[in-house]
Amino acid sequence: MSENAAAARTMRHRTITIDENAGPPRATARVCEAASCMSGNASDLTARLRELTEGREGLAVKRVGCLGLCAAGPLVEIAETGQMFEHVKPADAEDIVAALDGVPAGAQREPQGAFFEKQVRVATENFGVVDPEELDDYIAAGGFRALRRVLSEMTSAEVRDEITESGLRGRGGAGFPTGLKWTTVAKANGERKFVICNADEGDPGAFMDRSVLESDPYRVLEGMAIAAFAVHASEGYVYCRAEYPLAVKRLQTAIRLAQRAGYLGEHILDTSFAFNVQVRLGAGAFVCGEETALIASVEGRRGTPRPRPPYPAVAGLWGNPTLINNVETFASVPTILREGPERYAQIGIGKSKGTKVFALAGRVVNTGMVEVPMGMTLREIIFDIGGGIIDGRPFKAVQTGGPSGGCIPAEHLDTPVSYESLLELGSFMGSGGMIVMDDTSCMVDVAKYFQDFCRDESCGKCTPCRVGTTQMYMLLDLITRGEATEDDLAQLERLAGIVQRMSLCGLGQGAPNPIFSTLRYFRDEYMAHIVDKTCPAGVCTISQPAEVMA
Amino acid sequence: MPIPYHKPEPPSDDKRWKIVATRMRRLGDRPEALIEALHAAQEAFGFLDDDALEFVGDTLGVPHSRVFGVATFYSFFTLKPQGEHTCVVCTGTACYINGAADIIGAFGRELGVKPKGTTADGKISLLTARCIGACSLAPAVVVDGDMRGKAKIDELMAELEAM
Repeated sequence: MSENAAAARTMRHRTITIDENAGPPRATARVCEAASCMSGNASDLTARLRELTEGREGLAVKRVGCLGLCAAGPLVEIAETGQMFEHVKPADAEDIVAALDGVPAGAQREPQGAFFEKQVRVATENFGVVDPEELDDYIAAGGFRALRRVLSEMTSAEVRDEITESGLRGRGGAGFPTGLKWTTVAKANGERKFVICNADEGDPGAFMDRSVLESDPYRVLEGMAIAAFAVHASEGYVYCRAEYPLAVKRLQTAIRLAQRAGYLGEHILDTSFAFNVQVRLGAGAFVCGEETALIASVEGRRGTPRPRPPYPAVAGLWGNPTLINNVETFASVPTILREGPERYAQIGIGKSKGTKVFALAGRVVNTGMVEVPMGMTLREIIFDIGGGIIDGRPFKAVQTGGPSGGCIPAEHLDTPVSYESLLELGSFMGSGGMIVMDDTSCMVDVAKYFQDFCRDESCGKCTPCRVGTTQMYMLLDLITRGEATEDDLAQLERLAGIVQRMSLCGLGQGAPNPIFSTLRYFRDEYMAHIVDKTCPAGVCTISQPAEVMA
Repeated sequence: MPIPYHKPEPPSDDKRWKIVATRMRRLGDRPEALIEALHAAQEAFGFLDDDALEFVGDTLGVPHSRVFGVATFYSFFTLKPQGEHTCVVCTGTACYINGAADIIGAFGRELGVKPKGTTADGKISLLTARCIGACSLAPAVVVDGDMRGKAKIDELMAELEAM
């Protein structure tokens, strides 16, 4: 390398530290600018607050990522005291500035209530703290320290060992051990290797990946770069849904700035390591979350899965060994390598280590993003963090795992959440959507809803899924209209077993799960529709046949 | 003997074709840029017509049949022109249990439009989305790119009728 080039690179790094010389502000208002609060015009609010604090010494206004409690958005938090303003309108800006003025020097953060205090933050540690579009801010919060450590002190085998030691498992849902996956890719034969970040968050009711990309995109890039080093890859893709324009925009900004500062591209941090990342947009196909379908889509083809093996770790993108991990998995990597794998492995329960991000939604008071240690019970998540059910109605079920998951009833609320425990209950960890339902939801109707989803999203390649999901939907439709017999129910159960065993990919294999789980816990509701011709929740419109009326 | 390759001309001198061509060139005019190119064309023109599909296919060296296959496989792409305004009703799980079906019903009742359809006056197109990730604001509706969280049917209908 020429001396000039080296000097230029050092200059680039120097610009990063300049901010540290400026005195810290006395009071900072953090304005949440993630999609949910943005829909409440949070950016107008930021502009108004900036206007009001302009020229006022010691007061600052900062755009941050998701503050978590989306139900109460738009949100503004005073960083020093932890005071939270909810449902903020631009007209409230004066009050916030007055509160900022009143912050004493050396103020302590007050506890913010169970929603915030019970969470353990790893992948979301920078949420509501850093500006998602400012590289310097991420670095000031400890960003890229893990990558620096990896590139200067470790061999790729050591990186893989630490990930294995941490016990991290795939956060996309299936929970495959991340360290093992990385090792497989590293050992696979091939000159060219790829790292793909799966941000095709298709599960309805899940928005963790969107929040991570909107709130802390650099973290995902750092995780990918570390993974690339560990598996000897030099090219990467982030496959993101087109439905998330803000996430895509922030990710592209992050890639550009990280490249300019030497954290991505050639000669990363003045080493010989090179890693280039590009964004690829999905186009609204749920099946593309399946890894072989995702690869087909990145290659510009129809997103249909293919049989495995060979697994993508051996033959993936254009036949090359390819590492595919979910957004949250990559987002956990920098913390693990910065704090050490032992710290991470201490959190959690049994074979499920660390933390999991959940998107709480449905009929729960505190809808939003939460990150909790594995092993926390569903009751703690829904009632302590989530604040219970809207209008104090009775809890009926919580749906996890999206269309491949299941509904868990009240009697299992005290189950600690882990990959294994959810499977035992007939559900599935999934990517982390958690939809709470109360007595206004009919469980047969919910099963029908998911079957409608799977029928529509089935790619049509294999027959059990293409035909089976449609047939199951039609049987469920008969039941909800009160026209089914017990034979139809038996037929449904038989068919569900066939689809589960015979389908090519996870979409078809998981499609019967909502039926199995609702039948396991809510068979009486099915029977009410079939025998009594009534819908206990009053959701389904059942046309009463004449003889029953009589 | 190799067949000489001529880069196809855009279907018209509409400047928007340049945006599409540039996006393809940046990705090396290679077949794998197909989905990105279709995104660019749809962003520029609002929908994908035969001209767009042919131009993209010819530039990237992808057979027309495959371009059509990809454009129809992904639900994000539309081959029909859209109305002046587009409304996307989210039908994700959280929105569903909070009444998304009622909102779609109201569209049919009050505006006479079904999902994937456009009102007779060509003003409003109704689309549904599998999940737009705004679950904490359920039910969510996106009107011309602006999200309306916790949508109320009467407010929404009044707004749309005034458009």
